[in-house]
Amino acid sequence: MKELSLNILDVTYNSIAAGAKKIEVVLDYSDDGKLIMSVIDDGKGMDENTLRRVTDPFYTTRTTRKVGLGLPLLKLACEQTGGTLHIESALGRGTAIRAVFNTQSIDFTPIGDMTSTVTTLISAAPDIDFIFRFMCSDHSFVFSTCEVKEILGGISLTEPEVLLWIKEYLLEQFKIMGGIFI
Amino acid sequence: MKSLAELAAIRDKMQNKVNIREGEGGTRVVVGMATCGIAAGARPVLNAFVEEVAGAGLSDSVTVTQTGCIGICQYEPVVEVFEAGKEKVTYVKMSPEKVKKVMEEHIKNGKVVSEYTIDMAQK
Repeated sequence: MKELSLNILDVTYNSIAAGAKKIEVVLDYSDDGKLIMSVIDDGKGMDENTLRRVTDPFYTTRTTRKVGLGLPLLKLACEQTGGTLHIESALGRGTAIRAVFNTQSIDFTPIGDMTSTVTTLISAAPDIDFIFRFMCSDHSFVFSTCEVKEILGGISLTEPEVLLWIKEYLLEQFKIMGGIFI
Repeated sequence: MKSLAELAAIRDKMQNKVNIREGEGGTRVVVGMATCGIAAGARPVLNAFVEEVAGAGLSDSVTVTQTGCIGICQYEPVVEVFEAGKEKVTYVKMSPEKVKKVMEEHIKNGKVVSEYTIDMAQK
């Protein structure tokens, strides 16, 4: 993956596939050069056997291909910076993924275009309640699709005009935060 | 600055369009967004379709959706176009630049861009 935002997009699709109703994506860029990325969902969760093998690229629960590269690629992306990947899961309760990156490492993949990742996720699963939290230094910004859905009434989040509005809104907020997530 | 209040205006504008759209067939553009697709550049392809459809004012008749692994990872990014009464068209190794041509020739004018299809790639 050329951008970390693509890894985030990819692993969050797992939460959608797991039947989550609520997904929280957190990016916390701390002053000490660490980036902590979390994806927390209330989906179907994994049993112990699956959890043990989930970062094995030759293990997958899907049927179209016998490889599952999403989490192994995320693990590689954080561990090559000296960081860690931690996954907790409970059947029927959900899964929490926490990846820690050392942004000072030469092998740190740029965060890239988080705006596109957010809008792509929203358009993939408009019925899911997404909460996106972005933190860096003194700034923090939360974007919740619940709030947007409330304003839109019955209009779908997948309408191109709505998605473009979200994109522009996020771009403005990310610029205020110093451009790290663009 | 964008404000949440602007969404209310979009909602009011869209309300009528949704009522018109109900029951219509239309064109469905499906972009493969599994790990293979994402790594090959499917996200900008998807975004290009969303922007082109909105820009052309075609959101009444064209829907852009996502799917998982289509099973032809070596040809990603893959885009499938479904139209009522017509055979599915599979475009492979797509890019935002190719999206412009597909939009112009296929989606707007009904002429399949053969050079980007899987049939051509397999020859």
